[in-house]
Amino acid sequence: MTADPKGVLTGAHFLDGDQACTEGCLAAGARFAAGYPITPSTEIVERFAQRIPTVGGVFVQMEDELAASIAIQGAVWGGAKAFTVTSGPGFSLMMEHLGYAVMTETPCVLVNVQRGGPSTGLPTLPAQSDMMQARWGSHGDYEIIALSPSSPQECFDLTIQAFNLSEEFRVPVLLMMDECVGHMTEKVVIPEAEGIEIRPRRLTTLPPDQFTLYATNGDMVPDMVHAGMGYRFHVTGLTHDDRGYPAMTAQAQDKLIRRLKGKISTAAERIAFRDEEALDDAEVVVVSYGITARVAQRAIEDARRKGLKVGKLRLITVWPFPERQVRELAGRVKAFVVPELNMGQMALEVERAAGGRARTIPVPHAGGTVHQPADILRAIEEAAK
Amino acid sequence: MPVTELRVAGFGGQGVILAAMIIGKAASIFQNGYATLTQSFGPEARGSACSAQLILSDSPVLYPYLTKPDMLIAMSQDAYARFAPDLKPNGILLIEKDLVHVTSAPAGMRMFGIPATRLAEEIGRRLVLNIVMVGFFGAVTGLVEPDALRKAVADSVPPGTEALNLRAFDRGYEYGLSKHHASGHDEWTIEKGLEALHG
Repeated sequence: MTADPKGVLTGAHFLDGDQACTEGCLAAGARFAAGYPITPSTEIVERFAQRIPTVGGVFVQMEDELAASIAIQGAVWGGAKAFTVTSGPGFSLMMEHLGYAVMTETPCVLVNVQRGGPSTGLPTLPAQSDMMQARWGSHGDYEIIALSPSSPQECFDLTIQAFNLSEEFRVPVLLMMDECVGHMTEKVVIPEAEGIEIRPRRLTTLPPDQFTLYATNGDMVPDMVHAGMGYRFHVTGLTHDDRGYPAMTAQAQDKLIRRLKGKISTAAERIAFRDEEALDDAEVVVVSYGITARVAQRAIEDARRKGLKVGKLRLITVWPFPERQVRELAGRVKAFVVPELNMGQMALEVERAAGGRARTIPVPHAGGTVHQPADILRAIEEAAK
Repeated sequence: MPVTELRVAGFGGQGVILAAMIIGKAASIFQNGYATLTQSFGPEARGSACSAQLILSDSPVLYPYLTKPDMLIAMSQDAYARFAPDLKPNGILLIEKDLVHVTSAPAGMRMFGIPATRLAEEIGRRLVLNIVMVGFFGAVTGLVEPDALRKAVADSVPPGTEALNLRAFDRGYEYGLSKHHASGHDEWTIEKGLEALHG
């Protein structure tokens, strides 16, 4: 299925990452957003609110982030594609309902335009310090999908991707932007609607008397129904059986949790989007994501000019983490260099996957601006020794 | 165009961000270049210091912020005082010359001034001083095609104000050509600039 042309602003535009994200939401078919204003994410829903009178749809400014993150789930079960946007403090408040979306298998998109933290931290300045929160922030055992754009163009492209993945796997997908990418303006090319592939909702084709809410058929992801379609169904955050009714047993818990994790982990390699360069003969691999990947690119080019064999592994899908690939690389490179705008979060994951066969050299940064390319270059030189 | 780092600065309400937006759009949408625009965020909506950072290049921009600006467009005294010292040697300073009193500047800096606010008032709306400034930038630096700039102006201003804004652009462009291009702006140093501005 391709995009509804009504939501697609075809053409070349000069947009910031936040605005490009809005256009991605609209192109993906999102017609409901709920949010609570917070810098540096507000512009996304501001533009959404300006655009929907011509496209059709609803924006609700809620009383807080808890409300926003559950309102979108109501909208999804009512038939809409929906999203919310926030930044650090709001992301923390949304963690409870993120878990609810995981447990109820409600496809939706949460955008986090990361700023410096903890707490209210640096409202107008960038960080990438919520990466582990994205993976582990809600309680319980689950798998999640998170994407990280490094330009306004990718804010558009990956937003569509986020919606498609959320529909395919019936899981909330996190778009982990940062203040720099969100507030950076660059050329963004939006294709014709027929050039944009859209994953439709997995709605059941079975009649009500044959439909079971969480029964799966082959691929671990159940088909869905919407309120008002004539089906009686029950949705709960409690551990439930295939019918959606609470089932307070160890067996039901085991079956459900293994499926919720398994539907993502078994597809991990297929959805681990990456941008790679010169990995074949690399001695050092720079692993980065988001805005930091651009700064790292400059350091990589500087290092190559000095004759060093440096490969690039840019994570576009951050979660699930490309574990197998890092493990393989670890067997043949000297070291990984991991710059990120936090004190070392994804570096831990690289280190874990490397399993001691190659060194992991973090290049931490507390946030507030981006790295100096020279700092990353120094780490590459150290790694090459 | 080679990698060029440009800062546009003034006070909130002068259209500082829009001016930078138009230059970036001209270079990347209406011409085959790349442009990355970032801006300072804070309480500058009206009256306080406001600045936009723009990087223009022939190839995709990697590092998103300015390192050593090649050019500064200063539309207020505060903007000049704060940002002129960062200009790289032989950098270019463009000023709103009724609003900026240049006192000192790095050696070798080239400077060009225009009474943009006054010219905008002559056209009929003081508000378009930023577009006068964009026109002046186009003429003096030659960095972005005037056609591309004009298209970006028309594409960026509120509907119904295109003609007014294009007049403002042309006024700034002509001023830039007549005062400076004709006289060979490469020779225009801070000393000559100071002399021209303050007699």
